[in-house]
Amino acid sequence: MLKFLRRNFAGYAFLSPWLVGFFLLAIGPILASLYLSFTKYNVVRPPQWIGLEHYFYMFEFDDRFKKALQVTFTFVVISVPLKLIFALGVAMALDKGIRAIGWYRALFYLPSILGGSIAVAILWRQLFNYEGVVNSVLSLIGIQGPYWLADPDYALWTLIVLAVWQFGSPMLIFLAGLRAIPQDLYEAAEIDAAGPVKKFFAITVPLLAPVIFFNLVLQMIEAFKSFSGAFIISGGSGAPLDSLLFFTVYLYNEAFSFLRMGYASALAWVLLLIIALFTIVAFWTSKYWVHYENERG
Amino acid sequence: MASVTLSEVRKAYSGFAVIHGIDLEVQSGEFLVLVGPSGCGKSTLLRMIAGLEEITDGTISIADRIVNDLPASQRNLSMVFQSYALYPHMSVRKNLAFGLSNLRMPKDEIQRRVADAARILQIEELLERKPRQLSGGQKQRVAIGRAIVREPQLFLFDEPLSNLDAELRVQMRVELAGLYNRLGTTMIYVTHDQTEAMTMATRIAVLNKGNLEQIGTPYELYNAPKNLFVASFIGSPKMNLLSGKATGNKIELPGFGALAFVGAAGEMTVGVRPEHLSIGEPDGRRAEGTVTLVEYLGSEVFIYVALIDGQTLLAQAPGNASYKRGDKVHLSFRGADAHFFDSKGLRIEAPR
Repeated sequence: MLKFLRRNFAGYAFLSPWLVGFFLLAIGPILASLYLSFTKYNVVRPPQWIGLEHYFYMFEFDDRFKKALQVTFTFVVISVPLKLIFALGVAMALDKGIRAIGWYRALFYLPSILGGSIAVAILWRQLFNYEGVVNSVLSLIGIQGPYWLADPDYALWTLIVLAVWQFGSPMLIFLAGLRAIPQDLYEAAEIDAAGPVKKFFAITVPLLAPVIFFNLVLQMIEAFKSFSGAFIISGGSGAPLDSLLFFTVYLYNEAFSFLRMGYASALAWVLLLIIALFTIVAFWTSKYWVHYENERG
Repeated sequence: MASVTLSEVRKAYSGFAVIHGIDLEVQSGEFLVLVGPSGCGKSTLLRMIAGLEEITDGTISIADRIVNDLPASQRNLSMVFQSYALYPHMSVRKNLAFGLSNLRMPKDEIQRRVADAARILQIEELLERKPRQLSGGQKQRVAIGRAIVREPQLFLFDEPLSNLDAELRVQMRVELAGLYNRLGTTMIYVTHDQTEAMTMATRIAVLNKGNLEQIGTPYELYNAPKNLFVASFIGSPKMNLLSGKATGNKIELPGFGALAFVGAAGEMTVGVRPEHLSIGEPDGRRAEGTVTLVEYLGSEVFIYVALIDGQTLLAQAPGNASYKRGDKVHLSFRGADAHFFDSKGLRIEAPR
């Protein structure tokens, strides 16, 4: 043991920043939150073991939990496909060979960098305000826009638009995937009398499937975790009428507004399990629709 | 079966011309090979006939119908690509059937044609496999199969054999020739390999830098090349080219002395194929040289001989000839076997 330490000391010394960060700042809190999820803990008093009680309560009595699930699922199910379709559409347009493509790529990617920030969320709130830019533009063509942010029927849509607007990173990945499809397959299909729609479904989609799958899983996880936009636009509470009560917003409220750290930890673990479940299902279905060029078989 | 006519066909990419007005007549049922060095425009020309590349100027007609504005799918032709371009996610059967189902052909007709093609190409046991599970030769067969199920009026081949190893290439060459004899369909075949061109073509069109240099049967191209480019491109190994000076009634060839020739005076090039250079036979026109390299091929031997003035000629000798490096030899040729080219590189028919 001593000999092992002596021989490898330098290596571990160099690794130490990462090791400290990983164990102290990642693994530590993760395990702590798992433990806390089985306790009653309000930061002031020491945690008090209650077993699975939080989990039972969550699924049996907590209506806000169910509302949060509903809002989050709606957001994921609508925003992810929309974002991917939009990203693929723009990528295909750019792939046609446009002048100054580098500028367009940068321009379209910009929202992906900025979009997650608090500043853009605040900007979004201004845009969709009742007297904001969106309604001013609509009034120019004679439409009286609704209370986007105050009306529970519309509030979630402003966030879906915000999410779709951040299509830059899946678009870049799609663009790279499209570039990798050999041009002569399209030419062979052209001679084989395939029209544009047929080419898209018979060549582009199957050959892009690994990339579509990658983007789908990544964007799905990101959508489940989405927080800052909903938090800012709903004023931190999920308002109006809990229509923006994203799972993460609910979790934040339980933890930091009501200081129910134990319950918030349990919520966090449930979110993790939901994301894991969806990811597993996605991987399982991928066997049937994702074709890998280099796969042995 | 269909004839193909190109008249004054031009292609330019953003103002830069790559095909300079080509006239070409491909007869119905002909196996025409487009041959030339890389970058000569032969693939571009083929792709223009296919409809994959727009033409800048001129007209292309297939079966007496101008197809300039007709999409590839409506030209009733099939094309075999150099990369095979098989759809990687489809089985062999689906690869073969894809074009037919796009044409909304009845299912049993598709099935019959796929089965026929598979039988002709002996790929019946591969029908359920994916392209990645096939060898290069098998992929090639599938690519050809995809072309023949269409039963088109015209086949186009874009260097279909260049990704195969030498042995397989010879085998596929024979099979393609067999397929041509069987189907009798018009075929246009692009290659940079003059051996492929010579062995398969009924006629060859030699292209260079976007111009048609000569079109003719393999025999015509080999025995009466119209210019220096065709002379040195067709034939393997290459024709020997000697530069000389014509004086009106003879040509002075350094090393060989004077060669009787009636014609205009000036700079000339005299071409002699390796098999027409004989070694060691005393004759009026003899050049002395030293053997620098011997290539033994079994049935024949290629001998590289450096003449005194430094130029190296290639001579062919029977397989039993025993020359070795450093031997002093004499080379000679018959005037009737020589090809004459003027200072512009154009053929001059020697008065016999």
